[in-house]
Amino acid sequence: MILSGNYAAAYAAKLARVNVIAAYPITPQTQIIEKLAEFIENGELNARYIRVESEHSAMAACIGAAAVGARPFTATASQGLIYMSEMLWWAAGARLPIVMGVVTRALAPPWSIWSDHSDILSQRDTGWLIFFPESAQEVLDTIIQAYKISEDEEVLLPIAVAWDAFYISHSYEVVDVPSQRNVDNFLPSRKKYKHTLDIDNPFSHGNLVFPEYYMEYRYYIDDASNSSKKIIREVDEEYYKIFGRKYGGLIERYRCDNAEYLFISLGAFSGDIKEAVDRLRNRGYRVGFIRIRCIRPFPSNDIKEVMKDINGAIIIERDFSFGKGGILSTEIKSALYSLNIPIISYIAGIGGRDVGYEDFIKIFQSSYKCFNLENIPEKPIWYGLRVIK
Amino acid sequence: MNIVPLAYPQKGSAKKTGYWRIFRPKINYEKCIKCMICWLYCPEGSISIINNKSVIDYDYCKGCGICANECPVKAIEMVKE
Amino acid sequence: MVWIKGDKMSNLVKLLGRDEYLLSGNPSCPGCGLALGLRYALKALGKNTIMIVPASCTSIVLGPVPTSSVKIPVLNIAFAAAAATASGMSEALDILGKKNINVLVWAGDGGTVDIGLQGLSGAAERNNNFIYICYDNEAYMNTGIQRSGSTPKGAWTTTTPRGKRQSKKNLPFIMIEHRIPYVATASIAFPQDFILKLKRAREVKGLRYIHLHTPCPPGWKYPSDKTIEVARLAVLTGAWILFEMHRGIFKLTGPSIRLVEKKYRKNIEEYLKIQGRFKGISKKMIEDISKDIDENWRYLKEKFLDNNRK
Repeated sequence: MILSGNYAAAYAAKLARVNVIAAYPITPQTQIIEKLAEFIENGELNARYIRVESEHSAMAACIGAAAVGARPFTATASQGLIYMSEMLWWAAGARLPIVMGVVTRALAPPWSIWSDHSDILSQRDTGWLIFFPESAQEVLDTIIQAYKISEDEEVLLPIAVAWDAFYISHSYEVVDVPSQRNVDNFLPSRKKYKHTLDIDNPFSHGNLVFPEYYMEYRYYIDDASNSSKKIIREVDEEYYKIFGRKYGGLIERYRCDNAEYLFISLGAFSGDIKEAVDRLRNRGYRVGFIRIRCIRPFPSNDIKEVMKDINGAIIIERDFSFGKGGILSTEIKSALYSLNIPIISYIAGIGGRDVGYEDFIKIFQSSYKCFNLENIPEKPIWYGLRVIK
Repeated sequence: MNIVPLAYPQKGSAKKTGYWRIFRPKINYEKCIKCMICWLYCPEGSISIINNKSVIDYDYCKGCGICANECPVKAIEMVKE
Repeated sequence: MVWIKGDKMSNLVKLLGRDEYLLSGNPSCPGCGLALGLRYALKALGKNTIMIVPASCTSIVLGPVPTSSVKIPVLNIAFAAAAATASGMSEALDILGKKNINVLVWAGDGGTVDIGLQGLSGAAERNNNFIYICYDNEAYMNTGIQRSGSTPKGAWTTTTPRGKRQSKKNLPFIMIEHRIPYVATASIAFPQDFILKLKRAREVKGLRYIHLHTPCPPGWKYPSDKTIEVARLAVLTGAWILFEMHRGIFKLTGPSIRLVEKKYRKNIEEYLKIQGRFKGISKKMIEDISKDIDENWRYLKEKFLDNNRK
């Protein structure tokens, strides 16, 4: 089928047999929830659709549904995601399997509907697992995989699958939509957990906990997030066996063998970075690309392994943590601290500004100079910044 | 310890709240007309009806005095502990 | 004083049942109005009930991990989120084929009238299928007696030390205007009225809203033994109106039936002087409070009683 990222997400939720959808419209997510409403109305999907009055309520409804054993789905972006933030923390703390699509969009003010990753990345502390597909196909595959990962007894954490506004959400490509039968084989129906509410075994969930015990519950969340790495890789392999596609687990390595320099990035940049890598390789540069598919749990070991013989890395990201630096470069630099590899941080595409493979080639060339002169810029470089004086 | 914070139903979730009392209700069964209003209005549910008689569970009774205040024949007296 | 004689009482005992779902020894204050309200509510709804509790006094009354004070499943949820959580839960139970489970929201006035209002209004507009009981102790009690939209005019709270200047937000009337299938008010002083309403509400499909008056000894500043007396006086002075709106038909219930006639209402000062939170209020304030009460009765009279809406 020819699908956009958003439509692919809707098909994925349908195939995953979600049974409760609670969503609030926000550009550029609206196509997802409109398509799902269509599926339900014409009987293709047997699910309840709660047209909630806010995103905060959307996540609350998903929590209520998951708590009694349903398989919920929601989607949002930017302002809606931040409005939902309180409930994101609740969903993860309550250890409820929920999958949410996030169409990453810039935050206001000023208003912008275009792509930016600060919205989802600002929620990385919540305990949610976070994935960044790079294509509509991967959006579909990742959402289906996400249910399997989220519902695993060793994980039991909600998962956000995030893709760029317009670049992925609205661009059409050929997507292989798996058969319902294959998905049913891969993803069985949701099972009952110890904390699924049950009138035959009454308990209260989430009561007051004194300081003597609270810390342990938070430790378990981190523990589960780390345990999920193994599950993520296993699920990727299993998916490959049934559907013929795999994405490398937590990171994708593109032409990293015998590379001297690496790009590191995620999301919609990836296609153009791969193009830039190919062109640079043709010119004789030994450059590769790590595409971060999963930012939570953070793939420290995966990245470290690839970085072993690298002379320099360029991190390109579409986000910023004001007063510190790029979120990705901050996290990657701290993970690679012991390796002492020169790293240059680029901030690009903020607010949906177009960046293509030619820009990435330019970025590589100026970084290459820096690596060779051993003059590594400390501060992040805001690519294409017009300084307003 | 579960990985999820769960709590299971049990009496005395705040321990033996009888210790909170300053005054304790004392039922004068001679005066009592078995109307059961004390059982009805006890917020703690610490008054039970056993053999048609109101019986107070002093392990948990907090001594609020509602039973004494509502008793239509003043058969309950609040006595200092 | 209103009390029940003889066999009427044994009927009431039968109506309530002997099973206690709120267990003794819980963290509620002595004489707590909401504890009594919850005791009644769970008796009325029974064990096939899942309760959702947003941040409120009840969050503490439920007891700390690992002991719970209620014998039914409970989901604690964030302050503003109760109604939306119940919407999700009730739809989930339905599509999972788990019929005949009551989904109950048990929320305080703060979590309903203020921060929870958007969620409640949304759920009402969608007519999601659950019972919402707002227990009204007329302030943010759990955080130490700060004023809420439901605090009555003239009442002392920590954030209105000279008495609240604004009128009480009338949520039951707002819920009537949402045209949901069932709206009622109730008081813990009149358990039979409350329980019968809840049992009737249980049989209705859609959003059912009950606003329960639950006095609070520390917050309203009266001795703990007077909780029922205070609740009773609220009704008998006309300050708290007992009514039921079921399938578009409105009726007053219990003692409120004849209190449409102002002459049958007790003097409002009887209700005010028993509570320390109204201590020292001016004559002008008492008049204003009286005017507010008259206004509530006038609204109901004109809207429903003069030409009963069908």
